[in-house]
Amino acid sequence: MSLLEIHEPGETPLPHAGEGSLAVGIDLGTTNSVVAIAREGKPAALHDETGKALVPSVVAYPASGGVLVGDEARALMAQQPRNVIASVKRLMGRGAADLHTVAGVLPYEVEPGTGQTDMVKLRIGGKARSPVEISAEILKALKTRAEAALEKPVERAVITVPAYFDDAARTATRDAARVAGLEVLRLVNEPTAAALAYGLDKGSEGLYAVYDLGGGTFDFSLLRLEKGVFQVLATGGDTALGGDDFDRAIAERMLDERKTDGLGDTVDEGAVKNALALARHMKEQLSDREQTSGRLELGGVPSFHALARPEFDALIAAHVKRTIDIARRVLDDAEMKVDEVHGVVLVGGSTRVPLVRAAVADMIGTAPLTDIDPDEVVALGAALQAEALTSSSGGGSDTLLLDVTPLSLGLETMGGIVEKIVPRNTPIPVQLAQDFTTYQDGQNAMAIHVVQGEREMVDDCRSLARFELTGIPPMTAGAARIRVTFAVDADGLLTVSAEEKTTGTAQRVEVKPSYGLSHDDMADMLYDSLDHAEEDMMRRLLTEARVEAKRNLLALAAALAKDGNLLSAEERTALDDARARVEQAAAGEDRDAINAAAQALETLSKPFAERRMDRGIREALAGVAVSDLESRVGE
Amino acid sequence: MDHFARLGLPAALEIDAGALDKAYFAEQRLWHPDRFVGKAPEARAKASIEAAALNDAYRTLKDPLSRAVYLAALKGVELPGDGKTIDDPELLMEAMEAREELHEAGSIAQVDALAAKVRDELQRALAGLARLFLANDKPAIRKALLRLRYLDKFAEEARARRSNLGTNLGKS
Repeated sequence: MSLLEIHEPGETPLPHAGEGSLAVGIDLGTTNSVVAIAREGKPAALHDETGKALVPSVVAYPASGGVLVGDEARALMAQQPRNVIASVKRLMGRGAADLHTVAGVLPYEVEPGTGQTDMVKLRIGGKARSPVEISAEILKALKTRAEAALEKPVERAVITVPAYFDDAARTATRDAARVAGLEVLRLVNEPTAAALAYGLDKGSEGLYAVYDLGGGTFDFSLLRLEKGVFQVLATGGDTALGGDDFDRAIAERMLDERKTDGLGDTVDEGAVKNALALARHMKEQLSDREQTSGRLELGGVPSFHALARPEFDALIAAHVKRTIDIARRVLDDAEMKVDEVHGVVLVGGSTRVPLVRAAVADMIGTAPLTDIDPDEVVALGAALQAEALTSSSGGGSDTLLLDVTPLSLGLETMGGIVEKIVPRNTPIPVQLAQDFTTYQDGQNAMAIHVVQGEREMVDDCRSLARFELTGIPPMTAGAARIRVTFAVDADGLLTVSAEEKTTGTAQRVEVKPSYGLSHDDMADMLYDSLDHAEEDMMRRLLTEARVEAKRNLLALAAALAKDGNLLSAEERTALDDARARVEQAAAGEDRDAINAAAQALETLSKPFAERRMDRGIREALAGVAVSDLESRVGE
Repeated sequence: MDHFARLGLPAALEIDAGALDKAYFAEQRLWHPDRFVGKAPEARAKASIEAAALNDAYRTLKDPLSRAVYLAALKGVELPGDGKTIDDPELLMEAMEAREELHEAGSIAQVDALAAKVRDELQRALAGLARLFLANDKPAIRKALLRLRYLDKFAEEARARRSNLGTNLGKS
């Protein structure tokens, strides 16, 4: 045996073998998952013995014991439906309160969470299991596959998440990895990972878009690529929009056709499932054919259905248009024009649909990039990032991912208005602070309510956490200076702290939402905000005007109580009238009227304010004289 | 350290966008948390703080208005917080009239025309700032920035109005 092993350049079996285990990239998808590894900038998906890279994200707890993942688990679905779970990603970080949005979609018995988190549990195989432990089974299977393919231990990974995943879902994903024995080097957003795979492969520069349409979710991100830097400029999406909607459209059409033909309108759960399965097959066929047909048998009654491409296109046109509308809004957010986009990367199986490709090409004005398998591209990008994070010197893999926050983070202020502290699309990590003050004399506590969303009013946003800053020493209204700081780390996780600056009273709270924000909520919140933007802004401006007017009235009332004798009876009457007019205007809905009345009151009360100031100065001077006198007496 | 110094740029109203990006990317290469995977916790914490400060600096300096407000603050010109009533009667008048016009605009074309007008005003006002900063005329700088902030808000209102008209038309 030789004492010295010599390898051909490029054939070194293990880079950084001294560092022990390898780092892989994992796309933990809703429908399928993929694990990949990159070596010297070349990523590759890891296949099983049969050459398949995709692992169905399905977990089974068979009656006979043990755990199955992937194709084997899926094979059990028909026989032991209560022991098999698919699409668990939809439940990551979700609480019982979120379940109405998925009720009816998932055929599982769901139990509300207990103990430390409010995350739901599923009764599978006769036992309550959390989405975290079920996801961990998928990750374990991927780890095992990687170790078998690489013949080395794999202990570290970059895992991708939808750009829209909130705090709770990101935390749940990290926890699942920990349960599976994987250290998460970084959570990377899926579109960013896809861009990484393309950018590094092609050495591209400039502005690129990533259009990611999966089974149930849509993401659109805009990135700038420059010398190894991947800068996300803006991101947006809808997590209740995807290829499943296309299947549903075809299935509904077939069931309608049966009804029209008098073949009965039994639409029980089994019928829908059969119709959906056939619809999916027909959709896939239409990716490279002009027409297709299928035979549907329900309750022993068969029916035949033909579907041509133009008919299919018409069925899904509204869904496709919605993705294009969202894409335009993201471009708007980034203040970019379509003709500045150099290329668009397609990700997700649903981008194989010809109408989708045509619509994207039409919007961007160039043919989309499709030469990397859309099912693998995210995992490949994650693998590249895993290599970049673990290579000791950086060296050739000098990549840098600069990501952003997907939704705005803010605080509730007077009148239920949201004060945004971290606007959406802010680069992370980030730490931003804002000063607030007290509203009433002697106020000794302040409630801090952290919310997430784009709407102007608290009730329309998602509540993330509440805490109270106590022990503020008594001060006059407006004298305290309370600094609230929001910190978002590189994985997108938020910490909020508050401090009263004049006295140093401090409180820090780690925002761990007690239950997760559902993707659908997130998308709804974003699009609600766009649909209601004007109405929201008007409401906000009106509320602001009211709060400001009332603040001034309070201050004036306090001043009058103290120094009212500085005014003549006439002056007092005029001022009281003006106060009444402000009160009256503030009760109404006209912002301009409130502002005008407030302005009039301010002008009218100016002489009073000046006299008060004079008196204040005189008193101060008088005070000096008295103490002076006293000290002389004391001599 | 102020935002300009952090990115090694001269504290000026006009900055080269390319130079800003270049400096920002170079500094993030040094400090982004991804560069500190597997390092000691103290080093990682420091990197996170540095990277956050860089992002804050970049964001503030990238937008011409926020850059002007920031530069003014460095020179001792403080503006009242957002959402306070406008204390300049002239501006109040301008704002009320413009808002009325926007409110009455019933078509996307009309809103677009108003938005274009405001954009022009914004550009002109921004261009005029340079002279005021040169003369170090603080009251005039303050007045101009308040007006710019109002124009910026109005542009946002116009955008909201436009998207609202768009969806309503789309639905009907």
